[in-house]
Amino acid sequence: MAKTLYDKLWDSHVVHVEPDGTALLYIDRHLVHEVTSAQAYEGLRAAGRKPWRVDSVVATADHNTPTTNWEEGIAGVRDPFARLQIETLDANIGEFGAKVYFPYLDKRQGIVHVIGPEQGATLPGMTVVCGDSHTSTHGAFACLAHGVGTSEVEHVLATQCLVTRKMKNMRVNVEGPLARGVTPKDVVLAIIGRIGTAGGTGYAVEFAGSAIRAMSMEGRMTVCNMAIEAGARAGMVAVDDSTLEYLNGRPFAPKGAEWERAAAYWRGLRSDLDAKFDREVTLDAREIKPHVTWGTSPEMVVPVDAAVPDPDREKDGLRREGMERALQYMGLKPRTPITDIRIDKVFIGSCTNSRIEDLRAAAAVVKGRRIASNVRLAMVVPGSGLVKQQAEREGLDRVFREAGFEWREPGCSMCLGMNPDRLEAGERCASTSNRNFEGRQGVGGRTHLVSPAMAAAAAIAGHFVDIRRWS
Amino acid sequence: MDKFTVLTGLVVPLDRANVDTDQIIPKEYLSSIKRTGFAQGLFGAWRRDPEFVLNQPRYKGATILLARRNFGCGSSREHAPWALMDYGFRCVIAPSFGDIFFTNSFKNGFLPVVLSEAEVERLFHECAAFPGFQLRIDLERQSVSSVDGSLAMRFDIDPFRKHCLLNGLDEIGLTLSHADKIRAFEAQRKAQYPWYF
Ligand code: SF4
Repeated sequence: MAKTLYDKLWDSHVVHVEPDGTALLYIDRHLVHEVTSAQAYEGLRAAGRKPWRVDSVVATADHNTPTTNWEEGIAGVRDPFARLQIETLDANIGEFGAKVYFPYLDKRQGIVHVIGPEQGATLPGMTVVCGDSHTSTHGAFACLAHGVGTSEVEHVLATQCLVTRKMKNMRVNVEGPLARGVTPKDVVLAIIGRIGTAGGTGYAVEFAGSAIRAMSMEGRMTVCNMAIEAGARAGMVAVDDSTLEYLNGRPFAPKGAEWERAAAYWRGLRSDLDAKFDREVTLDAREIKPHVTWGTSPEMVVPVDAAVPDPDREKDGLRREGMERALQYMGLKPRTPITDIRIDKVFIGSCTNSRIEDLRAAAAVVKGRRIASNVRLAMVVPGSGLVKQQAEREGLDRVFREAGFEWREPGCSMCLGMNPDRLEAGERCASTSNRNFEGRQGVGGRTHLVSPAMAAAAAIAGHFVDIRRWS
Repeated sequence: MDKFTVLTGLVVPLDRANVDTDQIIPKEYLSSIKRTGFAQGLFGAWRRDPEFVLNQPRYKGATILLARRNFGCGSSREHAPWALMDYGFRCVIAPSFGDIFFTNSFKNGFLPVVLSEAEVERLFHECAAFPGFQLRIDLERQSVSSVDGSLAMRFDIDPFRKHCLLNGLDEIGLTLSHADKIRAFEAQRKAQYPWYF
């Protein structure tokens, strides 16, 4: 029978199935970070259990690590709770082990979803889990990558398996060329705008079509990263030449004859031509414009040349109330043109958009210019130490600094504000991250999700601008 | 894990759709390395508003949360069900849930119940109309009913999850009862695809 990519990944990892369909799925790669692992290791310890396969674990500290004061060492972590979590991870990895650990201050440390692929620790055909919902990012490599909760982190550590059920299959086709200035971030925001934040719930989503195939691996990661914002626990893209080119030579990728064997297998990781999907959605890439969110959910998004929507025109009562609440929280009036919205801060970073191509795109926009006087803080936070190094080799740090941006150490930073990088109440931010939930970037903070180029342009102009008209 | 069999309790209505886990437990409260002590952070930002439902005396002591569609979307933080339980909730009823939150709940003996939009709407009306409105959740019979029996609804649940909840089973222990199968699978995978090891 014809299979989808997801069917193939699923079938090749099922260890056991209960009569009701509950399955044990074997896990190849387990990414661990400081915020969701402490209780899992504690659970292991309390039950006297050991990790099943230490070699599956790749660990780093990223969520609450500061992006300044690195020269002070661990003392630079001013928040005692953050420090305790970082030190607890150090101790847990010390006690239980890992294939590789990139601790705080290591030059290869970074956001867990950036370093997995960067190190070749994420490979096609794998099952990947992490106690973080944006694990869907790794699906760009034709992996079955799920975010899991802490009990599941403990379960996978102890048994190498996840107790789960098969999801349904959805394919999102994006066909045609993207217009100039339109990026993978805009594509995924457009997809979420179309299907809604719960549109993918219960599905594994494959992103396909010529626009996806034309994207770099970094672009595909941006799209898969936000699958969870459409409700889908896993997003994925089939293997092609771009996948193999990206991985070849990475530290944990196979080498020599083994690489050849692996690559031959990986090329089969695509949906069969006549595979059936439970749901298919198709978008015309030519029609996608740069997108900006206006509300407190990623589905509250419009093209940059549109205006803030009017709740009075929404027929569904529950949705209307949601819109009204969002507008109030965001301090916006209906029908305000998006390009009239002025901003206070700019954040370029997060596992959605902190890789080298993102930084290049943003640098190209700001080069030779200065941030607007109403912008209090504009910061660039590379996704990993290696991204940072590469950017510095290319002189991008200088471009940003000269434009008035702060150039920081890697980490999650203001994506969720668990470290000192936060929005103050009422501050409005152009952010390349993935969540605009209330308080996500700081209590009372107002987040607008955009692409790196759009964030950079907003920093220079002081308000949102249509990057397609930027010269 | 705690068992879940029958629960009779006061219902508190949270009339908002898409309540994400960042709202259920804001990140300010995620710095702990323990599984308990999150009650204070539950809906931390919203609770600053004296009008917020959880601050209303009539809902004091509630154990059942009534919510709208897509409850628990967003972040994978298991602190969300931990906080709900810490506060005293044992069950949440909604028309749909975020996938990860839904799974996390079962791992902690916290029951998420899916009812239709119409049924949930009905319960919101009952809550508003009758102060002290209680529901009885019977997991074995998969039923939600009013205490006087005037209202009865059925819900679906995976048999495996139901079994684990009813008996308060340790899932890791259950999975390890298949250790031989896992080992055999692993050995075969390693032989066939050595680059994953
Ligand atoms: S960058 Fe943001 S979304 Fe990504 S892992 Fe870190 S906190 Fe989560």
